[in-house]
Amino acid sequence: MTTPLVEATGLAKHFEIGGGGLFGLRKGVSLRAVDEVSLRIMAGETLGLVGESGCGKSTLGRLLLRLIEPTAGRIAFDGKDITGLGRMEMRAVRRSMQIIFQDPYGALNPRMSVEDIIGEPLIIHGARPGAETRKQVTQMLEKVGLPARALDRFPHEFSGGQRQRIGIARALILHPRLIVCDEAVSALDVSVQAQIVNLLQDLQREMGLTYLFIAHDLSVVRHISDRVAVMYLGKVVEVADKKTIYSAPLHPYTRALIAAVPAQHPAQRSRGMRERIAGDIPSALNPPSGCRFHTRCPHVMAVCRERAPALTEPAPGHRVACHLTEMPKA
Amino acid sequence: MNLLDVRGLTTAFMTGSGEVNAIEEVSFSIREGEILGIVGESGSGKSVTALTVMGLLPQPPARVAAGEVIFGGQNLTRMSDRQMRSIRGPGISMIFQEPMTSLNPVFSIGDQVMETIAAHERLSQSDLRKRAIDMLDKVGIPSAARRLDDYPHQMSGGQRQRVMIAMALACNPKLLIADEPTTALDVTIQAQILDLLMDLRDEFGMAIMIITHNMGVIAETADRVLVMYAGRVIEEAPVAGIFDRPLHPYTRGLLECVPSLVEDKPRLVAIPGTLPEPARRPPGCRFAPRCVHAQPACTAAIPSLELLEPTHTAACFRARELAPA
Repeated sequence: MTTPLVEATGLAKHFEIGGGGLFGLRKGVSLRAVDEVSLRIMAGETLGLVGESGCGKSTLGRLLLRLIEPTAGRIAFDGKDITGLGRMEMRAVRRSMQIIFQDPYGALNPRMSVEDIIGEPLIIHGARPGAETRKQVTQMLEKVGLPARALDRFPHEFSGGQRQRIGIARALILHPRLIVCDEAVSALDVSVQAQIVNLLQDLQREMGLTYLFIAHDLSVVRHISDRVAVMYLGKVVEVADKKTIYSAPLHPYTRALIAAVPAQHPAQRSRGMRERIAGDIPSALNPPSGCRFHTRCPHVMAVCRERAPALTEPAPGHRVACHLTEMPKA
Repeated sequence: MNLLDVRGLTTAFMTGSGEVNAIEEVSFSIREGEILGIVGESGSGKSVTALTVMGLLPQPPARVAAGEVIFGGQNLTRMSDRQMRSIRGPGISMIFQEPMTSLNPVFSIGDQVMETIAAHERLSQSDLRKRAIDMLDKVGIPSAARRLDDYPHQMSGGQRQRVMIAMALACNPKLLIADEPTTALDVTIQAQILDLLMDLRDEFGMAIMIITHNMGVIAETADRVLVMYAGRVIEEAPVAGIFDRPLHPYTRGLLECVPSLVEDKPRLVAIPGTLPEPARRPPGCRFAPRCVHAQPACTAAIPSLELLEPTHTAACFRARELAPA
């Protein structure tokens, strides 16, 4: 697990909002969804990516697959720079990188049979429809826990959990190396969510997969991840192995995020016991100056309003962007 | 004394393939100032239960097929729309999951809060405004006087939910029904809203029925818990009893299948199978096809809620024999 399968350097995505108007005279604003993010995903690991809505975690996932084009920065996959690859070259790389979406209802074409949905990536990558494709699709169905008779059925005949299994089968049919799971279990009922989490872990072991597991549920992320990255308003604010991030988080936002998770037993109620952060997440259109968390941070200092903290590495493998940890310990 | 008594409530919906019971024989009560948590997954009937109590289901296709809802000595299921309007607001109030769609986008926050107050009280325009500011202040909207003229889109999801709570509290209800009030919110905002609900209960002494799929929300807020599965109540107990001694296999499963924030589990204990749709519920115990303890008797008849411990009921034929020592 020492070679990075994916390496992002200074990755940014700015969306231009508004603007245009008559003769394009009105000036638009730029939404910095992802702002100078550098991140590594090691081969065979699961990197959890957490943060609240609008923090840019889904955008980052799509950037890594080049489903959207970065405004700045570079992406390397398996040691090879893929930032500038053309369409045809990128298609070849895409065999190795796939994505599973949150909404198992919206992500599957309702007019296609399960066989066509799962087999489509094979066809796109040059296979001919026929007995061989059908065999591969059937094997994949079995792998994800669906019976072969599902082949000729349509998405609406399945429950949410079963549909998510179909989505997983489609993502895995080309035997990729990297899977971006974008809130892949968030829409599922908890009893079904556990089945899918177990399935993802089994498949990872069996097929040697690397996961970027994007989610807002910190308990699920803790369970499935080896390392965890925390994002806030387009920036990665902390990265560490999961034990460290949950037991000794350094960034005040990470601490607040963990403190906000509801108790697992009524005897551990958090009301009045744990530190709460006040206020709402600021708009990404007009992010606060300096450290973006300073408007909600309980430990805010003058420097936080002026200068954005750099990502430092106070301990090997533990990186954090906070002025508190930048300062020499008194 | 009980504030609300629901007895044997069955609500049916007319569908293309005949009438289907969304909830069946649901019974529970809420005392004054108590927080009752109703927990269940999709299709468990928790929202239908709340909407039936509020009289908010369109009839047809919905129909209260059996049972009664007693609030303040009156049976709400027998009431006319007009009578129900006098209950909603000062009696029972409700907030919903989606604070964006629950607010009217073309009216200011102030107009909507004031409209709610004016519907139940005769006040001058300036008094209305004062009351609205006061309410928004209570629910923690910063600089409420200035936000009064804002429109819903100018507020964040958390603030919109605060506005909804302000409107729900405007008439000092005795019971607040909160249907998944934090499901659409981020976790830091969820913590704020749950704190707010608890603070308001302490301040105004109202009872709260909180409906959620999240056992964490139950652990944080509820005094007593009702667990629902496939349209039926399958367990009821004080909150500590549910977490310490769950007696129904489904409740145990619900608690076991969520990963922990502190403890390492090599593998999650999933509940096999899927939730049955209301029109395709299995015979006998609804949970039997997914239950590892199921026996032939479980599919032959529907188990009724039995008092197994002084304040703890469960609907399972094998609950006594499987109960932890």
